[in-house]
Amino acid sequence: MMERREFVRRLLAGRGDLLVVCGLGSPTYDVAAAGDHPLNLYLWGAMGGAAMIGLGLALARPDRRVAVLTGDGEALMGLGSLATIGVKQPANLAIVVLDNQHYGETGMQPSHTSAGIDLVATALACKFAQAQAISDIAEAGAVRDLLHGGRGPILVQARIACGDTPRVLPSRDGHAIKLRFVEALGASSR
Amino acid sequence: MDDRTCNVGWPDAIYAQFRRIGIRQVGYVPDAGHSRLIELCVGDPEIHDVVLTTEEEGVALAAGAALGGQRAALLMQSSGVGNCINMFSLMKNCGLACLTVVTMRGEFGEFNPWQVPMGSITEASLKLCGFLTYRVENAADVEDIVAAGCDMAFSGDLQVAILLSQRLIGRKVWTR
Repeated sequence: MMERREFVRRLLAGRGDLLVVCGLGSPTYDVAAAGDHPLNLYLWGAMGGAAMIGLGLALARPDRRVAVLTGDGEALMGLGSLATIGVKQPANLAIVVLDNQHYGETGMQPSHTSAGIDLVATALACKFAQAQAISDIAEAGAVRDLLHGGRGPILVQARIACGDTPRVLPSRDGHAIKLRFVEALGASSR
Repeated sequence: MDDRTCNVGWPDAIYAQFRRIGIRQVGYVPDAGHSRLIELCVGDPEIHDVVLTTEEEGVALAAGAALGGQRAALLMQSSGVGNCINMFSLMKNCGLACLTVVTMRGEFGEFNPWQVPMGSITEASLKLCGFLTYRVENAADVEDIVAAGCDMAFSGDLQVAILLSQRLIGRKVWTR
């Protein structure tokens, strides 16, 4: 099992112009802890929507790479979106599920993955180009390379330890997060 | 009789407005009332057509599109509005343009009582979620109202819903 902060830090090392959508709760804190960046879309709600935000971004910007970092609970709430992404086959989209098999924000209740529900098999059944599970931090560099150059859609289930991690809180102002992101991307739709 | 046969003219007017305003992504859950408009969007190489498993996926899709610099529209039936309510908070919190075109069920001449509970609270629900809502009752008004709604949504990053009344789209005719 990996320590989540160290894994995410390695995943985002030298991230360049990678677009990062963060699922609400711990993934948002993990990405903030790895270093604030204007191309981080921090979510504080909209549970179940992170992968679809990633799809909208990936379709709008085929010239860029999009990474969705989210938790197992958030991914499970949007399970249907894996099928939707499978239909569209975005080559520039990767989803990394930080899977601690628990709902960390609400008291560490076990999630479906703790009962063996298999997100990798689900992604492959949804025609993802690549899906794999990792549990060794030594594989973080290879996942990082996938985010930047692997053919998508990609799903990586990253098995992380179920521990208490200090919160690192980025901005909660949705307008500010949006404006900063859009400006950094040079992508106004108005 | 297939209810899609009622569906001539006004879907093309909506599509023309999508083209004018530069819609590049269209999320939809298949719907008889929207069948012609969906066909037009699917046939347009400049539009990413995204078939959804549930309507709230389309809200998140539209958010991603806006963040990436593209305009999106979401096509759904009134029952789908209920599926979207929490996801709508994304658009309000971040000030993202959201345009949805909703075919109404559960009102004029509805044969299926199961459509009535959601259909009867669709517009009020959208308003509670911060949407501007515009109802269309007559085919002759479609172009004007959809054009106004598109302009409101995308010039001000507002959330706009166009409700196509059941009288406009035609009663669903049920054949045994």
